[in-house]
Amino acid sequence: MATLLRLSSASFKKTSFPFVIDLNAASAQSDPVIAISNLTKQFGRFAALRGVTAAFEGRRLYAILGDNGAGKTTLLRVLAGLVQPTAGKIGILGENNPRAACRQFGYMAHPSLLYDEMSGMENLRYFARLYGMRDAGPCRGAIAAVGLDPELQRPVGQYSQGMRQRISLARALLHDPKLLLLDEPFSNVDIRSAREMVKLLTAMRDAGKTIFVVTHQASLLDGAADEFIWMQSGQIVNRTSDRSFMETA
Amino acid sequence: MKKVFPLLALLTAGLLSYALYEALVVAPTEQTMGDVQRIFYYHVPSAWTAFLFFFINFVASVQFLVRPNEKMDRVAGFVAIAIGVACCIADFAIRELPSGMHHGSIATTGLAATGLYFAIRKLFSEQGVDILALVTAEVGVVFCTVVLVTGPLWARPVWGIWWTWDIRLTSTLVLWLIYVSYILLRRFSTSGQTPVLAAALAVFGALDVPLVYFSIWFFRTQHPQPVIGGGGSIDPRMLRVLMINWLAFLCFGFLVCWSRYRLERVQRDVEETQALEALLEPRSAVR
Amino acid sequence: MSATERIEAKERVAAGVRASPGGGATGTQPPITGITAATLAKDIRLEWRSKDAINSMLFFALLIVVVFSFSFDPNAEESRQIAGGLIWVAFLFAAVVALNQTWAREIRNQVLDAYRVSPAPANSLFLAKAFGNFIFVALLEALMTPLFVVFYKLRALGPAWQLLPVAVLGTWALVVNGTFFAAMSLRTRSREIMLPLLLFPISIPALLSMVEATTAILTGEENARFWILLLATYDVMFTTACLALFPRVLEAE
Repeated sequence: MATLLRLSSASFKKTSFPFVIDLNAASAQSDPVIAISNLTKQFGRFAALRGVTAAFEGRRLYAILGDNGAGKTTLLRVLAGLVQPTAGKIGILGENNPRAACRQFGYMAHPSLLYDEMSGMENLRYFARLYGMRDAGPCRGAIAAVGLDPELQRPVGQYSQGMRQRISLARALLHDPKLLLLDEPFSNVDIRSAREMVKLLTAMRDAGKTIFVVTHQASLLDGAADEFIWMQSGQIVNRTSDRSFMETA
Repeated sequence: MKKVFPLLALLTAGLLSYALYEALVVAPTEQTMGDVQRIFYYHVPSAWTAFLFFFINFVASVQFLVRPNEKMDRVAGFVAIAIGVACCIADFAIRELPSGMHHGSIATTGLAATGLYFAIRKLFSEQGVDILALVTAEVGVVFCTVVLVTGPLWARPVWGIWWTWDIRLTSTLVLWLIYVSYILLRRFSTSGQTPVLAAALAVFGALDVPLVYFSIWFFRTQHPQPVIGGGGSIDPRMLRVLMINWLAFLCFGFLVCWSRYRLERVQRDVEETQALEALLEPRSAVR
Repeated sequence: MSATERIEAKERVAAGVRASPGGGATGTQPPITGITAATLAKDIRLEWRSKDAINSMLFFALLIVVVFSFSFDPNAEESRQIAGGLIWVAFLFAAVVALNQTWAREIRNQVLDAYRVSPAPANSLFLAKAFGNFIFVALLEALMTPLFVVFYKLRALGPAWQLLPVAVLGTWALVVNGTFFAAMSLRTRSREIMLPLLLFPISIPALLSMVEATTAILTGEENARFWILLLATYDVMFTTACLALFPRVLEAE
């Protein structure tokens, strides 16, 4: 496999950047796209994101890697609209601001984002209501898709970590979003469940979804991810389709 | 700017001294209360100053909330004008005024409020409006504390009681409580959007004020309480001393606000610069 | 991963997708009432499942009444004068403890984020929480009132039916602002103390109205109508203010 080296330069001055992103042209295609320019987020004196500029094509599985504090989680949260950037622009799925595109993406974080006292099905039925879906069908489908039993009455709080991550993923893909933003979906998950999840993600990518996975376990995505994005100190320092490049560098 | 401040400070010092002299020496002694009544010249101007600053805080908070949104901004502007016009109309329409108020006072208050709204809008940026809100809240609380302390100090020798739930004193107490909670919210908030939360609280506080007034007014008609300070007309010589003191207090309050504003502004500039530095410097390893 | 496994996984996903006709991507804006009802139902179900919260609250309410009875032990005539105040102060303390718990469930596991990324409107969440709190505090009041009546030998000398609008309007006044300020307190240090710090000053006119109205009805000496009207005005003004400003508070990080 040819090694693609695409270095994206991060400039945090409001001048030109390496490639002009024409959002209108992008949304004219059928592929969902994310384009960010000069994205900056500061928490007081701590700069979590420093002028990140990048574009991401649709129907790909991206793995975002990096040390703690590199800005991976912040990037995902900004894309999900949970955090307002200090500066910069976001173009996501043809909209200028994540809230407008909220139906088309699903978000998953390291905490489960679920209610511990309710069963998986009950949780999903509630969140389905938030998206305007009243049927139980999509909920059942999502739970089955992640390999769990929809009839399970056990409250989510009593699930194993692997099951909890999977039901959390089910919540994220409940409304059949075009884009998935997943923050550490495999952390503390046993190898078997993790591999199952990767299979599922690959299948979804093949079905046309765009998926971003922030993870510390890059080896899980070998052969599955289309592109590895390496972040450091709030910037994207490398993008490559071959992870081995970073190990030898 | 740099020259005006010391000049104004000197002027204020002079004015305060003059006002003190007027209050303690020149003003005629009150018939029934004697010299203790002179505390009135501190009690009332402090109250008026505090209320003015709290009003400015309200206006600043509203502007902070609406200015980012163009439509809301225009609506707020119209409301401000409408209030001024309504007060003018009310002034002409109402024949019988409550005691102590002259014709034209409602109109002037209304128009002053409208003028203040647009003046603040012109003079302060979006960031500046937030600092203005913070500053006026703090200085307002100080003046309010003066009112709440001088009230009992006056009441005790004259009427024999430390406190009474009369309408003015109680309204002042509630206002003081609301703004202390405002300052506490600002101090304790860990959010990046503290100004928004504080502005929301200020709006709530402002909405509360008329309700407080009415509730205590009705309470008083049901349970009559002694009134501190009395109502009705006031000797014109005393009025003059009162106005001089108010002017002096206003200048002093303005001065303190101004220096606090500059301090806060510098502080924020420093933080911004530090943040920018953190942004530009390459970080080494994991922090 | 083998080709067959890939195909299998793909089939599963496709089946899941097929099972959701139209999915959510093309749905219309979910109605505010539907989501409010769903959220309220969810909250009630959760509260019912974790009964320890309800039980400890009920016991706490009982304790308050007992403590008050020991602290203020007047004869029947005096009691009517002060009962109005006592009852509402007791309700206030119970309400504050209940309100503090409101958002605690949404903070655990960061579930609030899941709500925020969905298209559901912020005010649905607010109304659901406020109604839930109202039901909860009303339940506490329903428990405490008979106890007060018994301990203080209370009897309404005025029109007793007026106590109902006073209770409803007064409770809503506490609950609507309480829910709002509890949400605000989420973003502060010392969360539990910030709620009463913010709530009490703003609630003073409502408290005065509640107490005076209750006293007027119990003693029959005065007309409670003005106070009820004031409570209604308070409720309308602050419900509007809360609904107008809550979305900004929810967005604050």
